[in-house]
Amino acid sequence: MLRIRQFETKLDVLYRQGRVRGPAHLGLGQEAIAVGVAAALGPGDASLGTYRGHAHALARGASEEAVLRELLGRVGGVCGGKGGSMHITSVEHGYYGSYAIVGGHIPTAVGMAWASRIRGDGGVTACFFGDGTTNIGAFHEAVNLAAVWKLPAVFVCENNHYMEYTPIGDVIPVERPAADRAPAYGLEPLVVDGNDVAAVREVARAAVERARRGDGPTLVEATTYRLTGHSVADGGAYRHPDEVSAARARDPLVRLATDLARSGEMTVDQSEALVARVKGEMDALAAHVLAEPAPDAAAAWTGMWSDGSSTWRN
Amino acid sequence: MAQLTFREAVAAALEQEMARDESVVLLGEDVGSGGVFKTTAGLKDRFGAARVWDTPISEQAIAGAAMGAAAAGLRPVAEIMFSDFYATCWDQIANEIAKACYMTGGQLTMPLVVRGTNGGGLGFGAQHSQSVENWAMCIPGIKIVSPSTPDDMWGLLAASIRDDEPVLVFEHKALFGTKAERPTGDHLVGLGEAARRRAGDDVTLVGLARTVGMCEQAADALGGDGVTADVLDLRCLVPLDAAAVLASARRTGRVVIVEENPGQLGWGAGVAAILAEEAFDDLRAPIVRVSGGNVPLPVAAAMEAEVTPSAEKVAAAARGLLEGRIPAATTARA
Ligand SMILES: Cc1ncc(C[n+]2csc(CCOP(=O)(O)OP(=O)(O)O)c2C)c(N)n1
Ligand SMILES: [Mg+2]
Repeated sequence: MLRIRQFETKLDVLYRQGRVRGPAHLGLGQEAIAVGVAAALGPGDASLGTYRGHAHALARGASEEAVLRELLGRVGGVCGGKGGSMHITSVEHGYYGSYAIVGGHIPTAVGMAWASRIRGDGGVTACFFGDGTTNIGAFHEAVNLAAVWKLPAVFVCENNHYMEYTPIGDVIPVERPAADRAPAYGLEPLVVDGNDVAAVREVARAAVERARRGDGPTLVEATTYRLTGHSVADGGAYRHPDEVSAARARDPLVRLATDLARSGEMTVDQSEALVARVKGEMDALAAHVLAEPAPDAAAAWTGMWSDGSSTWRN
Repeated sequence: MAQLTFREAVAAALEQEMARDESVVLLGEDVGSGGVFKTTAGLKDRFGAARVWDTPISEQAIAGAAMGAAAAGLRPVAEIMFSDFYATCWDQIANEIAKACYMTGGQLTMPLVVRGTNGGGLGFGAQHSQSVENWAMCIPGIKIVSPSTPDDMWGLLAASIRDDEPVLVFEHKALFGTKAERPTGDHLVGLGEAARRRAGDDVTLVGLARTVGMCEQAADALGGDGVTADVLDLRCLVPLDAAAVLASARRTGRVVIVEENPGQLGWGAGVAAILAEEAFDDLRAPIVRVSGGNVPLPVAAAMEAEVTPSAEKVAAAARGLLEGRIPAATTARA
């Protein structure tokens, strides 16, 4: 969780230095969800996320260096320079991709869960999306299908209370974007504090077990807050500063450090030293990646088909 | 003279038409706060929440509500934030809106506009960079507007709102920062008329939206070789000013069509077919298209540039035609 925090904090700096091409959506403040759910998944399980997906890839074990190479447009990126920030994918780690069309990946996740059911391989698919995403038809169609077919899926709504610049309350007729819709699909309304990594892991474990047992999907609403703008280009002026500072007080990393200090597992000094060490590692990683060359332009003509080619005619 | 950006031109057109006709209403995601591209900035303050409606992320409902409001006599302007997202509401556009007037025997009309940001060049990746005018061009019953200048952005959007037919207006993301002299007073540019951006006799360069600038730059480069190029900005694909393209082609005998979408089936293919069918005897060289590559758009800068048209590629294609050879690999490398 700390590594992800420091990775994205560094990325924010790099963006401001003009090193990142295109948009990037940070999940600063939301890391406990990615980490807590990933901790409940096994190596044979799949997960899918959104354009706000760096944390989800890293939490599954994707290489920090390969992800950073992708983000900085350097050779050896995890998607070969083709995907960029919004499409970080690491199938080798069970992370089947980041998708930038809101809701578009939820039916895909259902299909992966369906395949697990057909093959009986015991695999579970987790799918992450935002609160605003519960308003698109694809969400409803996908959750309904998973429920009807009792598929081994875990839907995780990261409720950060905003759909871009719009407070979620302005665009849903219920209070809780996912939990209050769950009963319509025969699912339990389930809310967890998404800033409490242990609580997220516990809820996720139960959902994953239920899915593996063949008892069908779970829809989890994890409440959280994004500490920075919708994307790196957004200053977040539509949010009251008091609201943001209150959210900072609930920062999942601060909370974890406090819990660890209280339980005696890690002193405040130890955790501060750890933060400093990881920060230094991210600085070094960035310097290393920045020194690498850009991918070859001609690679743009490769890899549209699975045999590596892109030809469409003879 | 006061300046106007392409971005401000969008709001200027909307403001002009909303002030003129109270049946014009806006809907879309975050339009009230000005939107991600700040193209609707200030409109909610000026016209209020009864005219500017923030929607959930529900593109089918956005497009469908625009259709219903139009059927009921309003002039809705819906925003689909990125034109790539048309895919999520294509039923409403292709099967419902485009066909309503025809299949009801004229009982329904669809005086609506759907606006969407379009095009690449900014590293937004495969799902936020496409130029999709050609998607719409497969569907009879929708007008297609894709401006290249701030002046046209204003005038064509305003005319689209006044038009009694459904119009998709494409706003090229890479043009938002471009500036021109601000038109004075009410501004309107009629749909269906191409604009001549450069006059010349040796080769015709046909562009749309961002590729018009590439054609102009290519024309300037060709001028250095003593070649004059006729640059046509189509501005609309439907209604298409075929007469302007045919007349220019008949005069120059050589045509390069520059389209940002993949060449596999771009709008340029349709224009090229018209030229082949109707101006064949006057052509002195094959019609050539410079297009986007037939791949999804990559993010890394050099890779994206590789599969995107450019002034250099246009000039090279034109030179090839003038030298009497078919330029190699102008469209996608197969
Ligand atoms: C179909 C579609 N519509 C609109 C967008 C533009 N868009 C990107 S993110 C976003 C807000 C999503 O909000 P939420 O689901 O709460 O996720 P968050 O960004 O808060 O993680 C919107 C409207 C999109 N990418 N796809
Ligand atoms: Mg949200």
